[in-house]
Amino acid sequence: MRSWLTTTDHKRIALLYLGTMTLFFVLGGLIATVIRLELATAASDLVTAETYNRLFTLHGVIMVWFFLIPSIPAFLGNYLLPLMLGAPDLAFPRLNLASWYVFVAGGVLTLSAMIAGGIDTGWTFYTPYSTTFSDSHVVLAVLGVFLAGVSSVFTGLNFIVSTHRLRAPGQTWMRLPLFVWSLYATSLILVLATPVLAMLLLLIAVERGLQIGIFDPGVGGSPLLFQHFFWFYSHPAVYIMILPGMGVVSELIPCFSRSRPFGYGFIAASSLAIAVFGFLVWGHHMFVAGQSYFASVVFSFLSFAVAVPSGVKVFSWLGTMRRGAIWLTTPMIYALGFVGLFTIGGGTGLALAMLAVDVHLHDTYFVVAHFHTIMVGGMLMAYLGGLHFWWPKISGRMYSERWGRIAAYLLFVGFLLTFLPQFVLGTQGLPRRTASYPEEYQFLQSLSSAGATILALGYVLPGVYLLLSLVRGRPAGDNPWGATGLEWHTTSPPPPHNFAVPPLVLVDPYDYPRAPQPTAEALDA
Amino acid sequence: MIAKPFDLLPAAASTTSGAVDLLIILVFSIIGAVSLGVLVAMVVFAVRYRRRPGHLTGAEHSSGVMWRTELLWCGVTMVVFLGLFLLGALGFGRIEQLPDDGEPLDIGVTAKRWMWSFQHPNGQRELSRLHVPAGRVVRLHLTSEDVIHSFYVPAFRLKQDVVPGWLRTAWFRATAPGTYALACAEYCGSEHARMRADIVVMEAHNYDRWLAQGDVDGPPLAAAGRRLFERLDCGACHESHLRRRAPPLEGLYGRPVALRDGSSVIADDEYLRRSILRPDADVVADYQGDVMPSYAGLVSDEELLLLVAYIRSLAHAEGVSP
Repeated sequence: MRSWLTTTDHKRIALLYLGTMTLFFVLGGLIATVIRLELATAASDLVTAETYNRLFTLHGVIMVWFFLIPSIPAFLGNYLLPLMLGAPDLAFPRLNLASWYVFVAGGVLTLSAMIAGGIDTGWTFYTPYSTTFSDSHVVLAVLGVFLAGVSSVFTGLNFIVSTHRLRAPGQTWMRLPLFVWSLYATSLILVLATPVLAMLLLLIAVERGLQIGIFDPGVGGSPLLFQHFFWFYSHPAVYIMILPGMGVVSELIPCFSRSRPFGYGFIAASSLAIAVFGFLVWGHHMFVAGQSYFASVVFSFLSFAVAVPSGVKVFSWLGTMRRGAIWLTTPMIYALGFVGLFTIGGGTGLALAMLAVDVHLHDTYFVVAHFHTIMVGGMLMAYLGGLHFWWPKISGRMYSERWGRIAAYLLFVGFLLTFLPQFVLGTQGLPRRTASYPEEYQFLQSLSSAGATILALGYVLPGVYLLLSLVRGRPAGDNPWGATGLEWHTTSPPPPHNFAVPPLVLVDPYDYPRAPQPTAEALDA
Repeated sequence: MIAKPFDLLPAAASTTSGAVDLLIILVFSIIGAVSLGVLVAMVVFAVRYRRRPGHLTGAEHSSGVMWRTELLWCGVTMVVFLGLFLLGALGFGRIEQLPDDGEPLDIGVTAKRWMWSFQHPNGQRELSRLHVPAGRVVRLHLTSEDVIHSFYVPAFRLKQDVVPGWLRTAWFRATAPGTYALACAEYCGSEHARMRADIVVMEAHNYDRWLAQGDVDGPPLAAAGRRLFERLDCGACHESHLRRRAPPLEGLYGRPVALRDGSSVIADDEYLRRSILRPDADVVADYQGDVMPSYAGLVSDEELLLLVAYIRSLAHAEGVSP
């Protein structure tokens, strides 16, 4: 126990993150269950409207800051980045451990806000509601999120420095795995955008305590200023959440197509392009908030621009599969699920970037469905794909491939059943964040709740068979998938300092035409 | 207007909703076609190129093909995106730009947790229900007394955030009589879900009859505004026949105003509101900035609507040249 709490080994810290985040994910998921149950009927009958408002706020806060943002970087990134660089650890091992403690402290503050009675502002903390009108525990919650932000800045700094300084001999920038490129782009956003959020959250706390009048128009402030600051962080934060997922998928598809990535340079450059353009589109959250027509037109244009590099990724993934030798394992099913749902999520984002269309769809269920398609359909699929791909490396064991495939297909079907009806609800004009709704929307709402039960089953299954694999799973061997990354050149699980002999990199990371054949082939029998 | 579960769009009942629906159907079709194409491509590849004895390794990609198709793909997406952007921006221009045929009907809208209240030009007030004539441009002047709300009428494809401390305008022209739902689209606290109202669209002559029968409990808005204007003694500086210490208000509304810093601004609701509360924010060219005191705290949000209604009523009045 003590050796775990004082460890500076990036692999152990990654597992500490995995444990903590899984707890938050379970909590956020339980809240989502109550929300979907409440919405199965039109009236507000299961919980009161006040409770409902606290539930959707907490669901958002927990899932965004305590699961989605840290999920792939702090767990898979932490575990894999040094291995992929051929390094014994990250550049700053103790900063890495500190980031976990700060993260836990932030989580404890946010949970104490929940236990004290909750917070009802929505995860967006819009003013003047959050600063002046809400009588819930706003200050505790924003301080918790503030700490989570500090923790992610630590992680981002660590990743940037590690990528620059710790690459193995011969590992040039163009020989970096695409997952490392995506972590690098993510870290740039983490380090540059999170301070704006931190400042904003402190200003909310200060304004609530001292009535300074930065955001409250009653004392001379501007609610729109808040929205500018908030989305200046929170739109790039969407890319913090999705870019690592794209990185994972860019590892999975070449491996299970037994093929080099189609357009390595395009995929790597598109990660950086998304990180840069992502900073210039925040105003598309404010088309009906009253910013000028000119500003709205510019932000709409830039939002279309950021979709070009995302399109490049989808095209490159398909190009990688074409003329490959496709092996449909559990991680690959997740990767394909990601590509399909990310296309729907990105496409519906284009609909929202169209000014005239956004006027109708803004703040409706269409927006809810859009970002859940990117975050749950996209990001969570990639996360589970990565978890299944690297599970043999991390645990040294194979899980049940049959149950893995069943769960992956269940998740895909459950997801579509849950969120496709919500796209229709939004187009029909149902605003989001309502505990009750007119009866005419009940059929589609119930359908969505029914789909969510399948989705929930799809989440429970991996929890069961992955844990079972720890006791009953076959030993995985060093490289069950016949993959080419440096992390597969060491034992499973890797020793404390990763490599017995520091690796030397002579070829690109995806030399699949000459890769070793998988040792896990018996899976297909 | 009850939507059935499988109607994708709610009944369309304003002059702009048809164009918006076309754009929605266009972009949804593109999303559907591309998503289906990606899904089909993945299934076809997974079957056709499946890993099997004798085909254990993928083929090498040709670098020339890669460059050509990637760049072509970028080009195609850029052209499609540019088209969608332009269509969206042009449609938005139509939604934002008030048509200039005929006098609009000016309605004051006040949002307050958790209800909507409305004021007709003749002073008639309504709560949670707004009667308007079909076929005529209705111009809304929206303000909030507490948090941010959003005025959303799905049938009109119209949404405008109502921000406290600001005076926003929006407009619609209803095409067919009927009752349409107004919902608050910006989360505003415990009863947000129930902050709804009805927009009752009537034939023009029925509206006139309804207005005549109405139980008007106050003077017309502009008259009430004039009374307030006199009570606050605004005329001491602004009335045209006195020595000019302040800019004239006749013919001001909706026209461009030259400011002392060389810029210019349209005299809309928001400009008038700002000039009453913070007179030093936009000082009119050729006038002193420190003459007028701030009226912040002295006039309420509703009273501001009255003052603006009065100044608006002077839009076609003749000014007296100094």
